[in-house]
Amino acid sequence: MATNVSAHAPLRAKRSASSYVLPTAAALLLGLLLLWLGVNFVKGPAYFFTISFIGLTNGAVYALVALGYTLVYGILELINFAHGDLFMLGGMISATMLITVFGLKAHSSTGALVVALLGSLAVAMVACGLINASIEFVAYRPLRGAPRLAPLITAVGMSFILQNVAIAWKGPSYIAIPNVLPTGNVFSIAGVVYTWEKLIVIIVTLPVLFALLWLVLRTRQGKAMRATAQDRDAAAMMGINVNRTISFTFLIAGGLAGAAGLLYALYFGQVRYDTGFSLGLIAFTAAVLGGIGNLPGAVLGAVSIGFIQAYNDGLTWHAPGSDWTQSIVFAILILILVFRPEGLLGERTPEGA
Amino acid sequence: MRRRVVQSLSRAWWAGLGAVGLPRERWDALPVTRRRAVKAGLWVAIFLVLVALFGVWKISALAVGAVIFVLLAPAWDRLTIRGWRIGKWFAPAAVIAIVAAYPYYVNSMPEVPLFGPFPQLSTLVVMTIFTMMALGLNFVVGYAGLLDLGYVAFYAMGAYMAGWFASSQFSKQHLNIGAIGLYPGATGFHFSIWLVLPMAGIATAVVGVLIGLPTLRLRGDYLAIVTLGFGEILPQIARNGDNLFGTGFNLTNGTGGITPIDGPGFGNWLGHHLHLPANFLTAGDLDSVFLWTGIVLVLITVFCSARLRDSRLGRAWIAIREDEVAAAAMGVPLMRTKTWAYATGAFFGGVAGAYYASYKSGAFPDDFFFQISVFILAMVILGGMGNIWGVIFGACFLTYLDREGLSNIGTQINNSFGTNLDVPKYEFGIFGIIIVVVMLFRPEGLIPSSRRAAELHEGVHDEPLYDAEIA
Repeated sequence: MATNVSAHAPLRAKRSASSYVLPTAAALLLGLLLLWLGVNFVKGPAYFFTISFIGLTNGAVYALVALGYTLVYGILELINFAHGDLFMLGGMISATMLITVFGLKAHSSTGALVVALLGSLAVAMVACGLINASIEFVAYRPLRGAPRLAPLITAVGMSFILQNVAIAWKGPSYIAIPNVLPTGNVFSIAGVVYTWEKLIVIIVTLPVLFALLWLVLRTRQGKAMRATAQDRDAAAMMGINVNRTISFTFLIAGGLAGAAGLLYALYFGQVRYDTGFSLGLIAFTAAVLGGIGNLPGAVLGAVSIGFIQAYNDGLTWHAPGSDWTQSIVFAILILILVFRPEGLLGERTPEGA
Repeated sequence: MRRRVVQSLSRAWWAGLGAVGLPRERWDALPVTRRRAVKAGLWVAIFLVLVALFGVWKISALAVGAVIFVLLAPAWDRLTIRGWRIGKWFAPAAVIAIVAAYPYYVNSMPEVPLFGPFPQLSTLVVMTIFTMMALGLNFVVGYAGLLDLGYVAFYAMGAYMAGWFASSQFSKQHLNIGAIGLYPGATGFHFSIWLVLPMAGIATAVVGVLIGLPTLRLRGDYLAIVTLGFGEILPQIARNGDNLFGTGFNLTNGTGGITPIDGPGFGNWLGHHLHLPANFLTAGDLDSVFLWTGIVLVLITVFCSARLRDSRLGRAWIAIREDEVAAAAMGVPLMRTKTWAYATGAFFGGVAGAYYASYKSGAFPDDFFFQISVFILAMVILGGMGNIWGVIFGACFLTYLDREGLSNIGTQINNSFGTNLDVPKYEFGIFGIIIVVVMLFRPEGLIPSSRRAAELHEGVHDEPLYDAEIA
């Protein structure tokens, strides 16, 4: 780390000159954003809240995927490129479970719905967790000592393989999931509409998030995960089985992806082989936005991205529209990586990122 | 493990030969030239038997066999005439000659087992284009060791440069600089393609620098994701650019793409006096002239690759790839060197994109997907990162698989086994498997550069160094 210090030292002086520019620009950008939101709010407050609920729901799904990225990155410093496609597989597995195994149709009874949801959730989580752990075993573990980019390249390859598995299994077109969730309103006050399907997404997401937090912060296995993330060698010296801990992390991350897949399939109603690619990148952006490796950060980033996307797609006054969603998300990703690589909640590490 | 398998195989082979009266001692006693000839003859014989049994036999198979034999049997690389070691130029010259003459014999080729017929001429043209792109990416991934997952952005940029400056896209403008074969009164910018190619390269290089300047100080994996982001943003701009930001300005013609784009050509005077095609698009053998032009472009790219690799800049790239901290300590300016790698790679991507747009006579946003970036990356990885021959091989092979090989193989498999597989459907899965398998078992690629192989097997100091704090 001594090299870092010496490399930075002469540049500290230069920093003071430009140090006003960046915060000013950021403040300006934020101000414009707030102005835009404010005008939209004034033009239609009820609609604005309805859109916000959509954003919150999107954010909940993104959070589950983003946590998978963050968990894996935290422990291996690997961008698990195949994670988005794993999520897509989770969606397909859940769709199969819901439609074929449990035979759900629109307006099924509440009891059948709860049973089917819990059953599909369990199956999707376990299946995706196992797939993810085996991917780690096959494709990433042999490259543990290789140059850093080697596992990333295999991850890209794995992503393509998973997409093709989906194509081979379900074909290249969208598979539709019937609208099994109750569609009535939870409340509708002064034009602000909140529907049951959105609430159910939150109802499923929150316990999963708290279970994850409990697992990571309160259990022995979670302690092992945190120790391995901090320093793999030291953790091994303390008697932690590093390989098993890493496998376990992939298992958990896969489980989260499976849960997200179920929610996505239920809420958006359609899954295709390339769903995971675009959504995975959005979720990765969310993880980076919150500070990669930081669990609350991933949730915060995901919810922010969810809001941004909903406002962009849904608002009427000078919104770029859904044609530009991908570009906006990537622009955020690039800006964050370039100007604040530690994210919103992350701590600045000596490595700079 | 692998070595033990190879050893036991070789022992069994020699035991078998010894049983029929050809012991190893007799073989070892033969002069080297004779041994080479026997080996080459054996391979040719196997090839001919396979073609005769499982392919479609044509008399030209004998000619193919003869050419392979002549190429393999004598030790051409040791050839010296009056102290000039011309031998090392033999293999490249022979390959160029064979490829350049391809239009004259493509229709009389036999069918190879499993792969089916020889590739068509148009496939060869696309091969040259993708070879250029793969060599361009090789500057970034192979030489400088920076993973670029958004190379398709440069390809798109080049294609759209051709679209802007060699078509009627901007119909309010009238400018014609040396363009060939226009109908009278054509509107829009019409630059000669020979001018557009370097323009596209330079514009793309500028874009590469603009992308690189803020991002190249990021660590390798973050850089990969950021390049991926740019690789998604630029095509999206192309897709939505028919009414940019609601101003009504039509930059890219949206999903329709820009078409038609002018073809290259040399004009009537040069065409008449030098027997060059006046206009490629109206030339009788359209694909052949595009192929020959493509070969020239590839040769230029190869020349630049080889010379840059051995230059001061190229050695700086390799130094950064192997050990960023040590390179910085030895006074290599990290940012500038990386940016040059980016710009150089982008340049060739842009030229290839513009040439492809001119060949297809169109630039369409649907051509620029993330899959293409990974496709080109797979070429570099399969062939061997950092090795020019390897990258060329990877590019040609994967382009062939993409355009003809997979469907041919699928047909052959279905015919022989009575299955009903749609092999091209699994194309990108197959590329994914290729990437994973190569990275796991032979990370240096099929034709490795020895230096890269050593790095990948022994490992290098891989921790990044930041030469500037953010902002």
